Amino acid sequence: MEIPYTISTRPDTGLWNAKVGIWLFLASEVMLFGGLFSAYIFLRIDAAPGMWPHGLLNVPVGTMNTAILILSSVTVVLAWASLKMRRYRAYWWYMLATILCGVIFLTVKLAYEWPQKFEHFGAYIKPEALGKYEKYLGNERRTEKGLEPRIEITGHLHSQNAKEYEVALDPVNAEPDNPAMDRPHFFPLPVTDKIATIEKEDVERATMFLPTHSAYFASYFTITGLHGMHVLGGVLVFIYMWLPVSKRLYQRNPEHLANRVEVSGLFWHFVDLIWIFVFPLFYLL
Amino acid sequence: MNNPPDISQDPKEYEEYAHGVQKHVRAYLMVGALLLTFTAITVALSYVDFGTRKANIGIAMLVATLKAGAVALVFMHLAAEKRLIYRILIFTGFFVLGLFWLILLAWYDYPIFK
Amino acid sequence: MDASTSVETHHEPHEHDAAHEHHELGWWRKYIFSTDHKVIGIQYGITGLLFLLIGFSLMMLMRWQLAYPGQALPVIGKWLPHIFGPGSMPDGKMTPDFYNSLGAMHGTIMIFLGVVPLAFAAFGNFVVPLQIGAPDMTFPKVNMASYWALFVGASIMVTSFFVPGGAAKSGWTSYVPLAAISDTGQGYNPIFNGQTLWLIGFIFLITSSLLGAINFITTIIQLRAKGLTWMRLPFFVWSQFVTAFLLVLAFPPLEAAIIMQLMDRVAHTSFFMPSGLIVNGTPLSISGGGSPLLWQHLFWFLGHPEVYVLILPAFGIVAEILANNSRKPLWGYKSLVFSVLVIGFLSFIVWAHHMWMTGMGSAVSAFFQTTTLLISIPSVIILSAFFISLWGGSIRFNVPMLFTIAFLPMFGIGGLTGIPLAFNSADLYLHDTYYIIAHFHYIVAPGTIFGLFAGIYYWFPKATGRKMNDFWGKVHFWPTLICMNVIFLPMFLQGMVGMHRRWYDGGQGWNVANEHTIWGLTGFQWNHPISWAAWIMGLAQIPFIINFFWSIKHGEKVNDNPWEATTLEWTAPSPPPHGNFLTPPVAYRGPYEYSLPGRERDYTMQNEPVEPAERSRRKPAAEPVLVSH
Repeated sequence: MEIPYTISTRPDTGLWNAKVGIWLFLASEVMLFGGLFSAYIFLRIDAAPGMWPHGLLNVPVGTMNTAILILSSVTVVLAWASLKMRRYRAYWWYMLATILCGVIFLTVKLAYEWPQKFEHFGAYIKPEALGKYEKYLGNERRTEKGLEPRIEITGHLHSQNAKEYEVALDPVNAEPDNPAMDRPHFFPLPVTDKIATIEKEDVERATMFLPTHSAYFASYFTITGLHGMHVLGGVLVFIYMWLPVSKRLYQRNPEHLANRVEVSGLFWHFVDLIWIFVFPLFYLL
Repeated sequence: MNNPPDISQDPKEYEEYAHGVQKHVRAYLMVGALLLTFTAITVALSYVDFGTRKANIGIAMLVATLKAGAVALVFMHLAAEKRLIYRILIFTGFFVLGLFWLILLAWYDYPIFK
Repeated sequence: MDASTSVETHHEPHEHDAAHEHHELGWWRKYIFSTDHKVIGIQYGITGLLFLLIGFSLMMLMRWQLAYPGQALPVIGKWLPHIFGPGSMPDGKMTPDFYNSLGAMHGTIMIFLGVVPLAFAAFGNFVVPLQIGAPDMTFPKVNMASYWALFVGASIMVTSFFVPGGAAKSGWTSYVPLAAISDTGQGYNPIFNGQTLWLIGFIFLITSSLLGAINFITTIIQLRAKGLTWMRLPFFVWSQFVTAFLLVLAFPPLEAAIIMQLMDRVAHTSFFMPSGLIVNGTPLSISGGGSPLLWQHLFWFLGHPEVYVLILPAFGIVAEILANNSRKPLWGYKSLVFSVLVIGFLSFIVWAHHMWMTGMGSAVSAFFQTTTLLISIPSVIILSAFFISLWGGSIRFNVPMLFTIAFLPMFGIGGLTGIPLAFNSADLYLHDTYYIIAHFHYIVAPGTIFGLFAGIYYWFPKATGRKMNDFWGKVHFWPTLICMNVIFLPMFLQGMVGMHRRWYDGGQGWNVANEHTIWGLTGFQWNHPISWAAWIMGLAQIPFIINFFWSIKHGEKVNDNPWEATTLEWTAPSPPPHGNFLTPPVAYRGPYEYSLPGRERDYTMQNEPVEPAERSRRKPAAEPVLVSH
């Protein structure tokens, strides 16, 4: 028994089955990420002053990852075009490039960006104790200029005892009155060697930059995590299509393989498309 | 783009078809370059102060939408797709906007938040 | 898997067909990990029926606590703690936590593990490809994956009963922050606790529904037989088509919400947790800043379309059986199709009517009240068309038809009692009372489930080649119908008195439930007849269960078209072989050509070509005139 229209198109719709299927799947994906982005919007609108941090992510690395993903979108569409022109060799190379791009993206994310965040420390100061830490927060000047107050001291946790945290400060808290610190920097500034002592009783909450840190990191880790799972899924599918199994399919029916690549390519472009929105929303704005 | 002649068919026709695909390849490369440029532009614009953060967000989202549009139209072949696909996407677009817009409306209609 | 095993024995007569290549598959591939839509449909059906029984059993337990609060459950009360753990029913007396678990899991199981797998997936899988003349679904492997995703999700849900603390207990809606903080803390495993397992199980159920729905839509679009144009599709296919779209577009936002609640519970984020939460006297150490209302919005964005996911397949089944057994075309086919499309569309923009109590302002209320009332128009059109279809027909009162005819007024009561709830002002009083319970149960219990029973009796011969016993079918039908009404009618009264749906003591300790008498009984006392009716209804299902399994092997043997129906599934052999049709069918006419004038038989099947003589006769209105009799 054979299912009709797996490779050829049905005359009245002009489409083969998997193409209808993948677009429906992408429609559901639009709704899935729609739900998550709507959460992002409302959390951000609702965030109390000072509770939505800025400039905590590594912009050059993020930009590089964006470029890698765009590049992989180009290579996958070229892989598909090569198949259409019946150039298997070229297809094979383009596919390999796509897979590598996906792997690099994931490696950067999981082995570099995320762990770096896990090492970073932040302590939210209780409202009544904010004055005590004015030299790290610089709120007097910020209020004057109409800027959001700072309520958190961040850096690397040097040591802690029952009463205090010792934190190697981020430049923002090391020189809070320097106007250059009001704006995020393209190249992230390294943690200074200036150590601040924060009493635990003045601290409302202290955590590493984990999902629990704030609504910002919660949505960052959730959305990039889900996006990363999509990248992983795409890479696995591409590996399957790059392995010798597909060569046999190609020899039997090149159009079938081209269709498969087109469908998985559509998915991959969608993953790229989501990242195009994720990147500015979390890294830049 | 949907119905390439089978490889076993008339070689002349195939040659023509392959030539057509070749033309598309050029378009793909150009769009790829365009996307990279726009990425650089987005990053650069985020360091320009447009007065309010809302303005910055608006501009960044505009650029992102342009990029996403290029991906969807060229890479995902939406520039010339079958009517059925458009229909599916129109409904999806409508409902996802409904999801955003109606929740937003409801949000601002709670008297306690004012 | 008894049902599918028996299919094997009846398979042989049709396997002579050489046109369909047939690799001999092993038993496992043929009946367990099968990619055949009929086997998968039967797997879904058995699973769905099993979970309907489980969900109903949970409710029968709850009914004891409601009628006899605090008293030990006789006989089975003693051994229930051995199954559900010592915290469930010590000495046969139900604990509040266990009562809450039963309530939450009754809803979850009935909706997502009972009705959706049965109504949408089982009937959809078994019937839709046959009705559109397709050899199988477009993506048979995805179809199999869809069933097994359901299986995993269902297993996780069932497992959650047996972890320390028991199953989820925050209602089937899992409102936060209650759901986010329940089952946490001492004595609870961070992952293996009721609420977290509920969320994880749900992700699998959503995956299953999405895969299934995508498959259905693609199948209906791509694999319709030659000549089967959109307006020649049986109404059941239309209703499944719209249902599938609802699932594809409404489930993902809930999936997003579930992922976020999972993060709230496992990674201690604050997507739905407001600032300043204090639990048991200690402030929670979370960042806060989240919004419980966001969960409600995302939940009901699915939750409302889900209502139509439950009812539309039943509409479809009812339409098929109605036309078949009144022996005349379905009245107003086109308006039915457009109504179902309009319902599908509007169901996405009415969801906040579940949230009147959250205190939203008048502008958005007005919007959602308007859309909610608008959606009643197509529903009324559908129900009216069904009633008119009966008019002047020569009705056959067989078991499927009995359930179908009972469906109509039952759904009518459910629908009409919903209209007061559409108004913000009336709902403020009725919200979360037994009135709501009665309203939506009239739609899904004597509504949808009657439709499903009708469908089972109707398509059983197609799946097995044998009919279910008619007499025992009637023994099943009448007590079920009576008990349904004894259960749910008094709940309207209880609700209007002001009895809350989540009271653990059935209202014993509340003035409103004891002060007023309605027809001689107080609100609390009404629990007795209701509970007894529920238990008797449980007994009334025994004839069905026995009939179902007995008929697989011993039912009356029937031909391929025992109901003398017109749609394409009846042109295939019973049970249909792998690949379904002996030759690819071609459709020449609409789905309900019953009692065509000038024909020998009173039914004309879709694959019968139109004769030249007929063509000239067909010009005038195809619809029979309503008033002429």
